[in-house]
Amino acid sequence: MTNAAAVTNPSAPTESVGRRREFLYFAIRRPKVLVSATIILVFLAIGIIGPIIRPGDPNAFVGPLASPPDSTYWFGTTTFGQDVFAQFSYGVRATFLAGFLGGSIAAIIGMVVGFVAGYTGGVVDEILNMITNIVFVIPTLALLMVITAYLSARGIVVEALFIGLTSWPWAARAIRAQTFSLATREFVDLARISGVSSRRVILSEIAPNMSSYLFLTFILLFGGAILIAASLDFIGLGPTEGVSLGLMMYNAVAWGALPLGLWWWFLPPGIGITAVVGSLYVMNVGLDEIFNPRLREM
Amino acid sequence: MLTLEHVSKTYKVGAFGGGSLVAVREVDFTVAPGEVVSLIGESGSGKSTIGKMILRLISVNGGRILFDGTDISTLKGHELNAYYRAVTGVFQDPFSSFNPVFKVSHVFDMLRGRFGGSVEGRTWDERVGEALESVGLEGGQLLHKYPHQLSGGQLQRLLIARALLLDTKMLVADEVISMLDASTRIDVLNLLGDLKARGLGILFITHDLSLANYISERAVILRRGRAVEIGPTDRVFGNPLHPYTQQLLAAVPRLHEKWGKQIAPEDGAATTCLYHTSPAARDGSGSPRPAMAEIEPGHLVACANVDAHCPDDVAAGTAAVA
Amino acid sequence: MSLQISDLRVYYRTLAGDVKALDGVSLEIADGEIMGLAGESGCGKTTLGNSLVLLDGRMKYISGEVLLDGTPLPIADYEAMQELRWREVSIIPQYSMSALNPTRKIGRMVDELLHSRGRQYKELRAELLRRLELVGLSADILDRYPIELSGGMKQRLVMVISTLLDPSLLIADEITSALDVSSQKAVAQTLVEFRDRKFVRSMIVVTHDVSILYQISDTLAIMYAGRLAEKAPTGVLMEAALHPYTRLLISALPEMGSRFADKRLMGIPGTPPSLLNPPTGCRFRTRCPLADAQCEEQPPMVDVAPGHAVACWKVT
Repeated sequence: MTNAAAVTNPSAPTESVGRRREFLYFAIRRPKVLVSATIILVFLAIGIIGPIIRPGDPNAFVGPLASPPDSTYWFGTTTFGQDVFAQFSYGVRATFLAGFLGGSIAAIIGMVVGFVAGYTGGVVDEILNMITNIVFVIPTLALLMVITAYLSARGIVVEALFIGLTSWPWAARAIRAQTFSLATREFVDLARISGVSSRRVILSEIAPNMSSYLFLTFILLFGGAILIAASLDFIGLGPTEGVSLGLMMYNAVAWGALPLGLWWWFLPPGIGITAVVGSLYVMNVGLDEIFNPRLREM
Repeated sequence: MLTLEHVSKTYKVGAFGGGSLVAVREVDFTVAPGEVVSLIGESGSGKSTIGKMILRLISVNGGRILFDGTDISTLKGHELNAYYRAVTGVFQDPFSSFNPVFKVSHVFDMLRGRFGGSVEGRTWDERVGEALESVGLEGGQLLHKYPHQLSGGQLQRLLIARALLLDTKMLVADEVISMLDASTRIDVLNLLGDLKARGLGILFITHDLSLANYISERAVILRRGRAVEIGPTDRVFGNPLHPYTQQLLAAVPRLHEKWGKQIAPEDGAATTCLYHTSPAARDGSGSPRPAMAEIEPGHLVACANVDAHCPDDVAAGTAAVA
Repeated sequence: MSLQISDLRVYYRTLAGDVKALDGVSLEIADGEIMGLAGESGCGKTTLGNSLVLLDGRMKYISGEVLLDGTPLPIADYEAMQELRWREVSIIPQYSMSALNPTRKIGRMVDELLHSRGRQYKELRAELLRRLELVGLSADILDRYPIELSGGMKQRLVMVISTLLDPSLLIADEITSALDVSSQKAVAQTLVEFRDRKFVRSMIVVTHDVSILYQISDTLAIMYAGRLAEKAPTGVLMEAALHPYTRLLISALPEMGSRFADKRLMGIPGTPPSLLNPPTGCRFRTRCPLADAQCEEQPPMVDVAPGHAVACWKVT
């Protein structure tokens, strides 16, 4: 049924206003997006503001040992007298950083590989596909253990780099598929016969058409990176210094928070990771419904 | 102006490129300035492939395409730029030809980098305005709209205006009106006719014989990648020599005549082959035989049995006619 | 069977309001008649065809009555129509060729379709094979996947499947649009044959291609912007159309004889009106060379001759 779409309305407002208006209309009515965005923003605020109101080394021994939350130490203290809230807020910051950095690296690699493979086709596509498949099936955990054996000190950046370099294949595949279908559209041919170079065609004709898709892909990579980072930290393959939510959980379990009942030590980081990653995924679904009108129920 | 010499295109298909698919097989024809040549064929005939090869969107495997005497596959840099200017195309789906996230002015802005600036004292905006006027559109508000806000006819006109902006000499029109409504079709077609009068050469690719009959001076009938009949439109349609052309003409639904019950002969069942019985084909003097035989001035035809072996093939020694 | 449509209105729901795609159409089709429904995009012909079979989520039935053999056809009631779909009323939808599931063999697909209607594949297999042969498809097609067939073959296949249960009314929606000229002829002639062999009693053939309709339909109805402009036996319409739109439309069609060099054909200036807020009165008046103040009132559909009806003040 294209009757509705075929109606040309010369007096309609310009597209950008219409689109934004439509986007906001749906965004506001979509609890998924609103609630999840709020949750993420709250955590982000904690990560930014927290270290400002509680400056100093989060791993310093400052307070009474293993005391429950009170007015001074909002999240209580660890078995070593470290401020859990300070650790938590620095941890949130580190987690976001690892997620953002890892997600960005993966996104960039995925986009480059996906675009080039999808647009160029032929032998280049075959080679890139092979590389994608190989990285896909590499057992990242085993690889990480090998790397760990060689690096005595690791920071957040190295961890993020590792995550970024190993989690891009699915994004590359998805972007390649979309690029494939867009590259056959006639506006790409039109750009080529106007003398536009391949690089510019990808950047200025194809990518803008996929902007919502690229955004969603980034969100998923971001969330995935956080999860992977937390998991790695939890099994002890994380950074050797500093603090992150995963590391907090690792320490909590390693130093007996569970049998001792120190719920204020392992609950906040666990809830934090779950809330942030979960919200990101739910927001992704919500945004997908907005961007893709077919998923909406009228 | 544009010459196709024995042009072929073969695709590698199957895993690891084992098999091959011949999309275009040794096609020869020319387009002169101020002439509309229609390239007629059904799906799979290779007509769009030829259009894309002329526009350099697809590479040529065999033979060459010459523009003003130069092989287009050798063009680089400044000369290539000049080619993109001189030869351009308009495609079938107006809504697919415009990038939906940009305003329609984007198709003009894309050209500005390479072909922009003032020419003969007219600024870019003036040139765009002139081009729009030539196709019967008013600038101003129109350029700020998005593609889905305009009709198919308006979008196709914009693409033709783009070609005029480039001062193009040769337009490859690939099924440009098949997605338009009947009442707009004729307007766009008339526009092409007016452009022809200004000296533009047009390659009109279509599957619709009535349109080809309306607008073109010469016609090339394609079947499965091969040219089977070439000639002045009124001769090809008035006196079709190839069984395939006859079959096509019999199948066209007319407006004042019902379909007859006769069916043209199927492949391989052609009784006489005008190509193999013509003097040119029977001349075994050693020089390579032309792919088509000229039966009337300018009116050429290929073997009637393009896929199967022709019983009238003298050179192969299985002549049915002495 | 006979079909009577009285003042049917079906609108589309959109964010911006209701698109009045079908706004008061009345038609009659006799037993054994092939009616062609022609018009340009946005005229409502597809909406009319679809509303007789299935109203999808966005379509809203507003008013009007449809009588099939004297009994009302409950088009607004999805459940009630389930009984009648495919059995009494059937459709060959637009793009049906690409609607075949690529992962199913044809035979399996037919089996599933029949099963969903409570019929057994076994009991209809013989008839199915007979009809496939009639349209020129071999029996082994049932073991093939859709991708192995050409466009014309797929279209004929869908035609056979859609008419397998011998519906009284068949709606064929743009079935020749995506085909080559030779396949078009074969498909169009097959439609007529189905009617002649009484597989289908009556047909509505919806298309924008008037020349195909000239070849196969008994009567022609021309629609414009959601309303009927003119309806007449095909020969009469082609030779002596009365409505200005019909005349302009037919004269804008290039046919085999006409050449640009000899005589330029004229199009119709302007574009069809927006159906969100259509103009009052005759919807063609913004583009009609004969329009005047009288046309601000909607002209009724008037019979000017037996079987020939026009909606235009200037004619009646």
